Amino acid sequence: MSRRKTERLLNLVVCLLATRRYLTAEQIRRAVPGYPDGDEAFKRMFERDKEELRELGVPLEVGSDASGGGGEEIGYRIPPQAYELPEIHLSPDEAAVLGLAARVWQRASMADAASGALLKLRAAGVETDVPTAVGVEPRVDTADPAFAPLWEAVRDGRPVTFEYQGVGRTHGARRHLEPWGVVSRRGRWYVVGHDRDRGEPRVFRLSRIAGQVRPDGPAGSVTVPQDADVRAIAFDRDAQTAEPRPATVRLRAGAAQGPRRWARHVRPVGDGAWDEAELTFRDLDRFAPYLARFAADVVVLDPPDLRDAVIGHLKAVLAANETADAAADASVDAGTAVKAAVGVDGDAARAGER
Amino acid sequence: MSGIETGAAPQDGASRNSVVQGDVARADVAKGDAGKGDAGKRPGATSTGRLARLLALVPYVVNRDAVALDEAAAAFGVTEKQLIDDLNMLWCVELRAPDPYCPIDLSYEGGEITVTEAESIARPLRLKADEAAALLVALRMLAGLPELHDRDALSRLIAKLEDAAGAAAQAAGKVAVEVETRGDTLARLRSAIDGRRRVHLTYYVPTRDENTERDVDPMRLLVVEGTTYLEGWCRRAEAVRLFRLDRVTDLAVLDVAADVPDDAEPIDVDAGLFRPSPQDEVVTMELTPRGRWVADSYPCESVTELGEGRLRIVLRTPDTRWVRALAMRLGDQGRIVSPPSLAGAVRGEAARALALYDLA
Repeated sequence: MSRRKTERLLNLVVCLLATRRYLTAEQIRRAVPGYPDGDEAFKRMFERDKEELRELGVPLEVGSDASGGGGEEIGYRIPPQAYELPEIHLSPDEAAVLGLAARVWQRASMADAASGALLKLRAAGVETDVPTAVGVEPRVDTADPAFAPLWEAVRDGRPVTFEYQGVGRTHGARRHLEPWGVVSRRGRWYVVGHDRDRGEPRVFRLSRIAGQVRPDGPAGSVTVPQDADVRAIAFDRDAQTAEPRPATVRLRAGAAQGPRRWARHVRPVGDGAWDEAELTFRDLDRFAPYLARFAADVVVLDPPDLRDAVIGHLKAVLAANETADAAADASVDAGTAVKAAVGVDGDAARAGER
Repeated sequence: MSGIETGAAPQDGASRNSVVQGDVARADVAKGDAGKGDAGKRPGATSTGRLARLLALVPYVVNRDAVALDEAAAAFGVTEKQLIDDLNMLWCVELRAPDPYCPIDLSYEGGEITVTEAESIARPLRLKADEAAALLVALRMLAGLPELHDRDALSRLIAKLEDAAGAAAQAAGKVAVEVETRGDTLARLRSAIDGRRRVHLTYYVPTRDENTERDVDPMRLLVVEGTTYLEGWCRRAEAVRLFRLDRVTDLAVLDVAADVPDDAEPIDVDAGLFRPSPQDEVVTMELTPRGRWVADSYPCESVTELGEGRLRIVLRTPDTRWVRALAMRLGDQGRIVSPPSLAGAVRGEAARALALYDLA
């Protein structure tokens, strides 16, 4: 912003705050220095200035009062009670927590907003340079390019459209969403809303949005249902999956430390080269690959379907890493065996294991 | 299927790539630092930033009666020269009609700012929805941490900010950040930090599928990417290390005073948890559509679309053990293209595992 423009806008704010009655554009032009003489040029500049003030969060009221100098003509003013930050006083412990919260965001849009808020609170008399005693320093990153436009859409209640390629999909697809909320777990961001294509609530992982998020309707046209629990939709979607089942496994002595962290009834068997243990699992399709990761350090004894799944998985590892040609064929088949899931396909928004 | 069971860093001390013990940090931390914010340091860098600063400056002084130039410059993150320019601009505010007058009167003589006439801008502007959300979302995330000493201050602050922000606070409810915390590890580490005590950790390193034992002098607790870490001086590595709390298998607070060397530098987590090194081995993998999740869970040097939803990714790592584990886990969802020796090693592991089933 040029210096002249800053000066003009500053004068404009002071002028509109000082007035009780609505000032017409013409009255503003006479009172505020810096507007051009030509009518058209003035009109254009004044329109842009109004937009700048709204972006800054200045509550510009439009109306008319017959008793004012402008008669019935539309005028402008800034009501002080709508402009002014209410009185706020913080105790030192509150100020310390505030300082901590303001440092949380690691990236531009939200970090700038946090420093903007801090600036206003300081101006209101709050001392923010209080050493923090909270003992935990949280940092939140919003690296996904889709974060800023989706937050704005959620804030403004505006539908959006974007290209999305979920896991298991061979192609991206254009999606149309009325966004209800943006949530993060384990550092991954998700947007939840009403999917206009599916006619149902859906979850999308921000890192899988390709290209631009574009507005797809007017602001204020999204209604978040009263009973919508955005977090529950994002994270509890497979809460209703199968009951926990027990598995009996052999763990190589001194190895397979991962499964041992939650194994029960660990007891040595045979010559001491192996332990036998009980594990609990819910989702065969996740648990079998997890166990296969421990290769020759874990052997599944029971149940048979888990045993078969691990054997099948190990054979798939063997085949996939065999030759380039074999793997290419396998991948095409795999692409068609897509598991239906809610929005974020096959992803672990929930805990990685059980 | 997320990154919890995988790891990239090698032996202690050699973990030059990842600052987290036994961890492979996620891709989005590693991808450059473009657009990083710097909260509290440069208000006024945005397009309408200067006007926002000017509008805050008058109430800032009014609320403090008198403020030294250097103190105000520091608070607003500008030089004294810039600040004086701001003050001059405010002093020059002029309204011409109906009668010309200059509504703001101030002085900065003797290096001290006083405002004698603030007119209509004696109070700061209300918080915008973005500003209210940036603070409230962060505060509610803090409230999700168990065993917080300052829970009371936190709820009081949230209530005051909601009050002050009014309608602007509403949108903040549409963003939420969850933090993973487990058991009482966090609370016990906090008390160890407060009491300046050394701790003994049994720490699981997924890279090697090992539990390691180590003494650590705790420095601070961090939450990065929704995961809680202990930063401390690891006496075994003789270096500052981060430890993921969800990998602490066992914790003992020792009856020994913590002894963090004076020159122990806190880790700059904003610079990313994963730092590739030119000495790293380069691994190329191909992923099927169902294996695409790997690309947004691991730090990839490059990701190339191969058509039909397939991806080629290039990883850099000082220790390929976790890549072998990843390939074992992927099954038919992906394969190692190069180096061929690594693909061979994976085949060998799978064959050995299968042989156990033939015998059983």
